Amino acid sequence: MIKKSFFGLLKPRLEYDIIDAKTPAPREITASKTIQLFSHTVFDKKDKILFQVGDKVKAGQKISIMKGSDDYIISSVSGTIASISPYAGNFGMQMTSVVIKKDDRQESDTQFAEAAKTPSFQVTTDFLAHLPGAFPVSILSQTDPKVTKLVISGMDTDLLVQTRQQIVKTSASSIKKGIRILKDITNLDTFIIVVPEALSQDAISTGATVKTVPPAYPSASPHLVLKDILGKELPAGDPFEKHGIAVVSAEALAALGNAYEKKEIPTRKILTVIDKIGTKKLISAQIGTPFKDIFSALNIRPEDGDRIIIGGPMTGLSAYTEDHPVCPDTDAVIIQDRSVIPYVSNSACINCGECIRICPAKVQVSMLVRFLEAGQYDNAADNYDLFSCIECGLCSYVCTAKIPIFQYIRLAKFELARIQSAEAENV
Amino acid sequence: MFNQKKFVVSHAPFWHDGSSLSTRHYHIMLAAIPAVIPGFIQYGGRAVAVVCFSIATAMIWEMVVNKIAKLPVSIGDGNAALIGLLLAMMIPATTPWWTVLVGTLIAVVIGKQIFGGLGANPFNPVMVAMAILSLSWKGIFDFNEALLSYDFDFTMAYPLSSLKAFGPDAISSFSMTDLLMGRQTGGIGSTCGIAIIIGGLYLIARGFIRWEISVSFLGGVFVTALLFAMFGEEGKYAGPIFHLFTGYTLIGAFYLATEDASSPVNFIPMLIYGAGCGIMTILIRNIGAYVDGVVLSILLMNLANPLIDKIRPKALGKVVEK
Repeated sequence: MIKKSFFGLLKPRLEYDIIDAKTPAPREITASKTIQLFSHTVFDKKDKILFQVGDKVKAGQKISIMKGSDDYIISSVSGTIASISPYAGNFGMQMTSVVIKKDDRQESDTQFAEAAKTPSFQVTTDFLAHLPGAFPVSILSQTDPKVTKLVISGMDTDLLVQTRQQIVKTSASSIKKGIRILKDITNLDTFIIVVPEALSQDAISTGATVKTVPPAYPSASPHLVLKDILGKELPAGDPFEKHGIAVVSAEALAALGNAYEKKEIPTRKILTVIDKIGTKKLISAQIGTPFKDIFSALNIRPEDGDRIIIGGPMTGLSAYTEDHPVCPDTDAVIIQDRSVIPYVSNSACINCGECIRICPAKVQVSMLVRFLEAGQYDNAADNYDLFSCIECGLCSYVCTAKIPIFQYIRLAKFELARIQSAEAENV
Repeated sequence: MFNQKKFVVSHAPFWHDGSSLSTRHYHIMLAAIPAVIPGFIQYGGRAVAVVCFSIATAMIWEMVVNKIAKLPVSIGDGNAALIGLLLAMMIPATTPWWTVLVGTLIAVVIGKQIFGGLGANPFNPVMVAMAILSLSWKGIFDFNEALLSYDFDFTMAYPLSSLKAFGPDAISSFSMTDLLMGRQTGGIGSTCGIAIIIGGLYLIARGFIRWEISVSFLGGVFVTALLFAMFGEEGKYAGPIFHLFTGYTLIGAFYLATEDASSPVNFIPMLIYGAGCGIMTILIRNIGAYVDGVVLSILLMNLANPLIDKIRPKALGKVVEK
């Protein structure tokens, strides 16, 4: 953990971990017994379920779980469905969890191989919505306005993580193939790849326009990339696609290229795993592999009171169980020892101004948090720039009073979105 | 399920820079010690007693309010102790115990807790207490009167009183070095300019106070005093250096105006606030009724703080309606 420097007048300097040439190739880790996959379909009455417990599935097979839902999951192993159950994700997001028990014999599904002979957007939507790196198919299919500009994030957006950099370093040719396919099957015409300085040579071979980001956190945040590097400052709160821009992880694009090249759906995700003493390892695991399989393979032993962080230290989420699986968007897993876990407090803001000085979006955090604490989300959004927040977490990181500001902001955005959708339904 | 390990589940960020309220307040107290020691040496046991009693009673008042309001006891954050110390630094060593007790009562209870405690006070609690005390018991807080029984090897008149009563001719006996080195009468911890400056620079470097406020405060004092000396009536106003090194100017610039809750946090507002304090200080000293203007000018700018702090940079992606 990086602490405040003795000379507190200086801003804390948090820098991304730039991958170096000597990083060994990711170690391949295979799920031991079961995998768990999540579908964004809401678990509904039993008679709507298309698959049953006990059904056989093959590796790379597409499984549509619910009748009337477009969403599906791609099994990363062949085996038997062991359970289908509702699952509550972060912020109460309703999902369906499918556990698949692995068979000894692994065989691959051929459905996609057949379809992939002629790449099309339909095939991509039908089979590749859950590529490692979370490929945003729904955004690319949008027609009003057409998404024409693709920003490929070859730089990890959180500290310590090196997953995307690893992809740019080793799979530039796959990214290039991905770009070629997207050019053919979507409206995209501009491709920009954002990488750290050290990887700009590797990035050139992808054929996309190369832009470099400075190493200081949070310069690789998509909002700041758009503002500082592409010179496009979007109105606060607007999603990128509203302005014809999509942001995609380099890994998803490489996976897309590989999928059509090898005619099989990639199911391995690159992860940065950081143990308690800070040792960093890159691994490649099947989507759905429980974290405990990764920990035992790497000889990491989480204890009671430790914290498992999915993602980076500034913006990640914490898991409550070692059984949590690797998801398509899991870029990193960090184990934080209980002795170094910082706690939040219920102190009030003392108006020291640290948050305001560090905020990259120039939000009046100290005023904002007063409204958020009081639950006045509308007021916070209208008068104190709630939606300008780019969710970097720096305000909570420097907060002298240890207020969970970032969580207040996330909660406020979530609540406002919920109120908005409830209003939309009632009209 | 029974052998599940229990992990700590909480929200991002999972790192913290290690700063805390208590570190902040204890460091401000630490930085103030060099300024208090000359007071101890000059006034001896009485000064020690006043400082200790002030810190102790401030903490006791805080605890009393915590208990009455059924709130968690907050004396651990160091703010009450800091209030006690700063108040003691401003008052003469001869202050009777009951005045100190009333002073900390006003500072902690009226100045801070009834507004909601730490961070919610619109005014600097120490300033509220000082203003009420010095208006209520003029004699006790008039340094010439209070320190009558002391005689050191320097001019024993309070510089600002001499200036007010007799004009700049009367202050020609004060050398600037003496004033800076603390060879002047005044509050226990507010006379030794050099020690206050060292403490202030330490706090600025460590990021515990905002340099913009201190610098613009001193700048405001200097420029205003200079303008008075240059364009004012001949032989009526003292020079800017004299104003910088006397009274509460330095302690005001580094420890009082910079109080977190009652001062702005944006860059331009901090400059306006600091400069406003400095300008008001000199206006009160030169053309106002009071001997020193620091306390009232800081209170006045505290009042204006919420309004000044509205001047802020445009947030990312904010659409300005025309």
